[in-house]
Amino acid sequence: MISGISIYEIFTLTSILFFIGIYGFITRKNLISILISIELLLNASAVNFVIINKYMYPDALQGVYFSIFIIAVAAAETALAVAIIINLYRQISSVEAKDTEIMKY
Amino acid sequence: MNLNSVILMRQEIFLLAILLLLIVGEIFIPNHKKRSMVHLALLLFGIHTMVGFFAIEEASLFGGMFRTNPLIHLFKNVLNVGVFILLLQSADWIQEKLVKDNKGTEFFMLMFSSLLGMYFMISAGDFLMFFIGLELSTLPVAALVAWETSKRISSEAGVKFILSAGLASGVSLFGISLLYATTGSIYFDDIIGLVASNNLTILASILFFSGLAFKISLVPFHFWTADVYEGAPISIASYLSVISKGSAVFILMILMFTVLKPLLHIWEHIIYGIAVATMFIGNLFAIRQHNMKRFLAFSSIAQAGFILLGLITGTQLGTATVVYFVLVYIFSNLAAFGVVQAISLETGKEKRDDYNGLYRTNPNLSLIMMLALFSLAGIPPVAGFFGKFFLFTAAASKGYYFLVFLSVVNVTISLYYYLLIVRAMFIRKSNHPIPFFKSKIYMRLGLIATVLGILALGLYSPLYDYIFDISIIFNK
Repeated sequence: MISGISIYEIFTLTSILFFIGIYGFITRKNLISILISIELLLNASAVNFVIINKYMYPDALQGVYFSIFIIAVAAAETALAVAIIINLYRQISSVEAKDTEIMKY
Repeated sequence: MNLNSVILMRQEIFLLAILLLLIVGEIFIPNHKKRSMVHLALLLFGIHTMVGFFAIEEASLFGGMFRTNPLIHLFKNVLNVGVFILLLQSADWIQEKLVKDNKGTEFFMLMFSSLLGMYFMISAGDFLMFFIGLELSTLPVAALVAWETSKRISSEAGVKFILSAGLASGVSLFGISLLYATTGSIYFDDIIGLVASNNLTILASILFFSGLAFKISLVPFHFWTADVYEGAPISIASYLSVISKGSAVFILMILMFTVLKPLLHIWEHIIYGIAVATMFIGNLFAIRQHNMKRFLAFSSIAQAGFILLGLITGTQLGTATVVYFVLVYIFSNLAAFGVVQAISLETGKEKRDDYNGLYRTNPNLSLIMMLALFSLAGIPPVAGFFGKFFLFTAAASKGYYFLVFLSVVNVTISLYYYLLIVRAMFIRKSNHPIPFFKSKIYMRLGLIATVLGILALGLYSPLYDYIFDISIIFNK
């Protein structure tokens, strides 16, 4: 528990983080920025798990363990996404979303 | 971890052993003999598929994190058979294209790790195992989609896939965290009694559902599908459309019928809307596609809409029909993708107009394609008819007559565009038809296996009874 901060403030923080992530994913024009938005989403959930565990169900450590796994998986996912983006950059010399698109709906 | 748990986890352990053996093989087999890696991998996976058919009893391990029962075991076998046929079909492609660049073993390793993730995902007993399985099944496929590193279209598909998958897992994870907030546990067995129909739970389950809907490519979440299928190598597109989609449907069904059962009255409306939208948009967009891979992508979106008809019921009949339909769908779609792959491998042609006059030059391939398309459309003697018929029965048994009517309308639309291809192959003439060619032995074996599967599933009814009997597990 953090003194002076209730669970509502932290839930507000994680919800704002989550929706910043969604907003960024939709509006950003740069592939790296889109990747950062996804990181925000995953980290919002990780914070959520720790906080719920700490404030609401402190007798078991399920949430904390879950957040550790989220961090590991997020790292793997970012590494793979950056690798794919670098491979694309070698071919078109750009990471802008509008330059990548040759397949249209 | 005693001997009993090893026996219960033998599918996973065996697949892991194959992965390690392939690493050892990659190190010790000299470069000029690397072609034999393909035979080795096929042999090992074939044995794995055979061994999988021995029965397994119901049990749970690791304090409930991992569970297994006859239905889950059956579904793992279905996935095994699907992957084995797919490997047979793509063995020539791997030998010709990948082994030359010294990348053949990586292909098998990525595909098997993805399959391992699916095993863990469908036998997960808590959300942690489920999440790790989901990611393990998605990330290797992203690497496989971007496999042809020299092709721009493949990289673009890879970027689209990994970013969409990341968003989906992020949204899904936020839903799981809210579900954890309302129930205080991540174990399915503990959650089952605690899910109440309040607003936070509904929000949580909708966020969670949208993450899985990305994998199944239901309609508001389907935008990545066609682009990724077009850009990816054909065997990977085939893998995405059958194996990956099938396992996601299965785990979604288990979760909806057990953990989220108290919310069924809300699910019904959501799934009703999504099913109608998925069927109509998938079918109508499929009509205007000329590339065969994009066409099959939209056709697989439409098929996902039909699967939802079984999910809407929440009964034993629903479970049995969904599993049976996925089984039928795996064989039919693998046959269609197999023919597209055989032709693309030989000539590089993927357009619908290139198929004009195919029957005159390659009658066998045309017949297999026709059988696959009839099965996808649901024409009586073949398996697809029974799959769709049972799904409609399941939906009608709960009184969704209008939904069944809309589905029948969609079957008619889909029949139109499936027959467009049959017309191109059989009736239309072409000045430059695809010349006659004879596929290699593995490709032929793969295609024959799919044909046998389609015919056998349509004619051999005790299989459905067996699936129905073991489906009771999730509907007690």
